[in-house]
Amino acid sequence: MERAVLEKHDHPHVDVGVSGMTFGMWIFLVTELLLFGGMFTVYAVFHSMHLADFKAAHHYINVNIGFINTLVLITSSFFMAMAVWATQTDRRKLANLFLSLVILLGLVFLFVKFTFEWPEKFAHGLYPGGPEIKHFLETGHPGKALFFSLYFVMTGFHALHVVVGVGILFVILLLSLKGRFGSHNYGAVEVSGLYWHLVDVIWIYLFPLFYLIK
Amino acid sequence: MIEAVKVEREGARPHGTYLDKRGLKSWLFTLDHKRIGLMYMAISILFFLVGGLFALIFRTELMFPGKQFLSPYAHNVLFTLHGAILIFMVIIPFIPAGFGNFFLPIMIGARDVAFPRLNLMSVWLFAIGGLLLLFSLLFGPIDTGWTFYTPYSANKGLNVFIVSLSVFILGMSSILTGLNFIVTVHKLRAPGMTWGRLPLFVWALYATSIVQVIATPVLGITLLLLGLENLFNIGFFDPRLGGDPVLFQHLFWFYSHPAVYLMILPAFGVVSDVISVHSRKHIFGYWFIAASSIAIAFIGFIVWGHHMFTAGMSPTADILFSFLTYFVAVPTAVKIFNWVATMYKGKIRFTAPMLYIIAFLIIFLVGGLTGLFLASLGTDIHLHDTYFVVAHFHYTMVGAAIFAIFAAAFHWLPKMFGRMYDERLAKIGWFFNFTGFMLTFAPQFILGMYGMPRRYWDYPAEFQPLHFVSTLGSYMIAIGVLLSLYVIFKAIKSGEKAPDNPWGGLSLEWQVPSPPPTENFVEEPVVQHGPYDFGKKGGH
Repeated sequence: MERAVLEKHDHPHVDVGVSGMTFGMWIFLVTELLLFGGMFTVYAVFHSMHLADFKAAHHYINVNIGFINTLVLITSSFFMAMAVWATQTDRRKLANLFLSLVILLGLVFLFVKFTFEWPEKFAHGLYPGGPEIKHFLETGHPGKALFFSLYFVMTGFHALHVVVGVGILFVILLLSLKGRFGSHNYGAVEVSGLYWHLVDVIWIYLFPLFYLIK
Repeated sequence: MIEAVKVEREGARPHGTYLDKRGLKSWLFTLDHKRIGLMYMAISILFFLVGGLFALIFRTELMFPGKQFLSPYAHNVLFTLHGAILIFMVIIPFIPAGFGNFFLPIMIGARDVAFPRLNLMSVWLFAIGGLLLLFSLLFGPIDTGWTFYTPYSANKGLNVFIVSLSVFILGMSSILTGLNFIVTVHKLRAPGMTWGRLPLFVWALYATSIVQVIATPVLGITLLLLGLENLFNIGFFDPRLGGDPVLFQHLFWFYSHPAVYLMILPAFGVVSDVISVHSRKHIFGYWFIAASSIAIAFIGFIVWGHHMFTAGMSPTADILFSFLTYFVAVPTAVKIFNWVATMYKGKIRFTAPMLYIIAFLIIFLVGGLTGLFLASLGTDIHLHDTYFVVAHFHYTMVGAAIFAIFAAAFHWLPKMFGRMYDERLAKIGWFFNFTGFMLTFAPQFILGMYGMPRRYWDYPAEFQPLHFVSTLGSYMIAIGVLLSLYVIFKAIKSGEKAPDNPWGGLSLEWQVPSPPPTENFVEEPVVQHGPYDFGKKGGH
């Protein structure tokens, strides 16, 4: 309330429109790519230094779980695209449904990762500083230890982005339920969608690098 | 090609100024780019004093060989914090986030930046990052140097983690500002404000924003990895766990070399604008200056290896990085020549801002040329990590960037607050700053050539006279800075009322009242001519 009053009287209205918002979001996505780019660089360096170790370490990774999560995220991206379309064409209820599905699938992804995948690694001592990792180092396989460090750091930062994405989409859903969006005003839905697709795209790269490496 | 600025300003003057609202809340939750710019500057000035004080303390310790009053650890802590605070809290944000926030929208004829809320968030992040940096002191101050090289920074624990988190947050703030500026310049230019009519300050900010957006995320992730390395046994940079310390250096300098241009590009923008106005002459080679800013932004990304000539890269990489580094000198020299040519046959007024710009040209020339010594492989082996390097980057980053900040401060003070400063005292302050600067850092070139390593707490007795002179110089800078700040705050508080356009500038900020109204322009300005057309038809 107060903010609305403030804007009306004391702050000149600035409007860059949907094109300005998407432009801003694309720039932000570039920064996200560079953030992950730093980690991909680290991956590339250690991959080339310890190729045999990386290939061997992959056997400890559960491909099936990774595959399920890949399907979950790709499907969520499809629903996200549909949510943007539904908003643009004023199909309010459909938009709310699609947004809810995206959030649900995002939560499924996190659930699978943190209740099945990571705990399994911890149970086997496959975490930085864990007994199995110490064994790798003692037997002269630092590449395997680095592989798991990269695995936790990169999928961890990715999961953090999924959490942020789910949070943003939750706010968007609440606003959408209030009827704030439509063909006249869909910029916020569109840029949140762009962010969600980026999170998806990064996973598309993480999946082969950790689960399918041969 | 570029004709005079003429703004159509119809109707009455606006009722109030952006400074009218009172109270803490009106500042903390403001969406006004001018107030946000001032908040950035206020925070930066506080940290500037702290960082400068640290330098004075360890310079005093270094006046004589052996121990005076500081332990080696305390000395290491002080130079680390001196560097980290002044780089991340002062030199990087001051011009773009401070003056840039204040003037960029006005200069392009906009009412605000593209995303005012994001702008507010960015200044909040800046404050939080700064507080976190101070908070880290409670966990044992870090003594790693501002470069955080591993293994110095490995296995330290929570303090390194908190500092790296703090720099990550400061980086986010910097990214958001850059993003905001890029969209603002693209989307919010007033009718008639073509790319060729942008003031060169805007061009410089635009180039800076590109660097901020592309380089900062890599520093962010690098320092986060370093922070995590200190909490868990991740080992990317730890040889015992299979990691590689040189990898950290690569990732660090991939940001931190472009960051050097984050510090200097906005200063270039200030020089271009101030030199033209105070020489009463059209800027020489507008497009060359604009394009060289963009060129420096891009070349800056491919020269990071020159920080690592002695770190064990391959000779091929060394030679390539050395060659590319020479390349940076080209657009930089283009700028210097254009500025000097702008002054040639101009009606130069030796005001305080102009004196700072002239000092800038001298200092930056020395800083730039000594950079070539360091870019060549043979001499760098000798000079690497000596006081020569310290002197070189203080000539470029401090001499140039801080002097540009003072030039901008005196140039735009009448616009920001509607008050004039005391010209005589400002010039005395300039004299102390300039002389003090030369006394402090010129001897360090010589010390470096004799082999005095940087970051050392002790040294052989024969270096003592030069160290002594250097410390005396730093005291002169302290007097100069305090005097200049006094002049500025006295002007804000009780200076004479300034006219709207005391220097006769032609860019848009001089066409609005001093201080500007909240909405910047009463009616949307229509720009018909360029910003530097002194003496031409339509100009003043």
